[in-house]
Amino acid sequence: MAEKSHGTPAKGTGAHTEADGGHGGGFPPFESNTFASQLVSLFIAFVALYVIVSRFALPRVESVIDARQNAIESDLAAAQKLKDESDAALKAYETELASARARAQAIGNETREKLNAAAEAERKALEDQLAAKLTAAEKQIAATRETAMSNVRGIAADAAGAIVQRLTGVLPDGKTVSKAVDASLKG
Amino acid sequence: MKIDPIHQFNIEPLFTIGHIGNHTIAFTNSTLYMFLSVAVISLLMIGGMAGRQLVPGRLQSIAEISYEFVASTIRSTAGAEGMKFFPLIFSLFMFICISNLIGIIPYTFTVSSHIIVTAALAFLVFFTVLIYGLYKNGFKFFKIFVPSGVPIYILPLVMFIEILSFFLRPVSHSVRLFANMLAGHIALKVFAGFIAMLGVSLGAIGWVGGVLPLALTVALTALELLVAFLQAYVFAILTCIYLNDAIHPGH
Repeated sequence: MAEKSHGTPAKGTGAHTEADGGHGGGFPPFESNTFASQLVSLFIAFVALYVIVSRFALPRVESVIDARQNAIESDLAAAQKLKDESDAALKAYETELASARARAQAIGNETREKLNAAAEAERKALEDQLAAKLTAAEKQIAATRETAMSNVRGIAADAAGAIVQRLTGVLPDGKTVSKAVDASLKG
Repeated sequence: MKIDPIHQFNIEPLFTIGHIGNHTIAFTNSTLYMFLSVAVISLLMIGGMAGRQLVPGRLQSIAEISYEFVASTIRSTAGAEGMKFFPLIFSLFMFICISNLIGIIPYTFTVSSHIIVTAALAFLVFFTVLIYGLYKNGFKFFKIFVPSGVPIYILPLVMFIEILSFFLRPVSHSVRLFANMLAGHIALKVFAGFIAMLGVSLGAIGWVGGVLPLALTVALTALELLVAFLQAYVFAILTCIYLNDAIHPGH
């Protein structure tokens, strides 16, 4: 349809340039006797080009570009799928890690408490033992002191008797001496 | 030494194919370069994609980038419906771009430096827009001449301008490409000619002085590379914008 239109305009332009060519002479683009040859050549060349382009060239380029587009899209989809999978794996790993950490914490706490309780019990036992030892020692000290005190009394009575005998020359009665010693010890 | 910057645009018949009416149809250098462009595009788009690799090589990359480039241009200017015209716009863009790029190589011929070629392509677009617009929208197609929201008393003026600009589209569309290629190649030839002219007329000093136009020629060649691509792009994007009118009339 479009190609048919060549004829009409060509004649119109031809008429114009024939008038120009009258006084111009040698300017090749306006030499109207070459127009017919050029138009026929252009018609053949352009129709051939149009057929080649529309039948062979463009469909071929289009199919290649479409194929590439499809390949890219499917690759992208596959990549997206793999990414989703790896994301899910990462998430699972993280939850696993978190739960493991919580479990470890729990075990740690439990162990610490157990150990604390054991240490406390041991300490208490040791304290009790020490307290018992202390009481026993105190008792012994008291007994020793008692003994020592009674020994002191005997010695004091003897010494008093001896002193009285030396002074008066009369050995005093034992009972009187011990009574006096007791009285002075108390006083 | 004579500079003839126009000589490069000569159409030289290589052999005669036949006659239509009283016109002689010849296989010319222009024909050769048109066919060469088609061959290069086919090689690039079919040969380059032969590997069908997932990770493209160089040729396949160029083919895919051209595809994506034209496709995104259409989508951004004419919407998803414009993709109906993808083969047409792709053919136009690639044909102009590749033939322009081939044309920069010294001693070659630039197909789009002839107004008849660019006019034929522009009218192809113009009639595609007109026919498709009428076929798709019927009389609603004429809404493109009546912008909405314009006060009624200046509407006739606006409509007149819109209609005028619509019918001048193929002219501006074709002359832009033609003039750009023509002027660029003439400038390139003139500056390149200065080098030889200086050398012949001034001898040794001239050859040394010729460095200046040489540098300019190199710079111009770079600019022409840009222009070759840019004009193909401009042609394609204008085609999209015009087709957008046919697909969605009513501003």
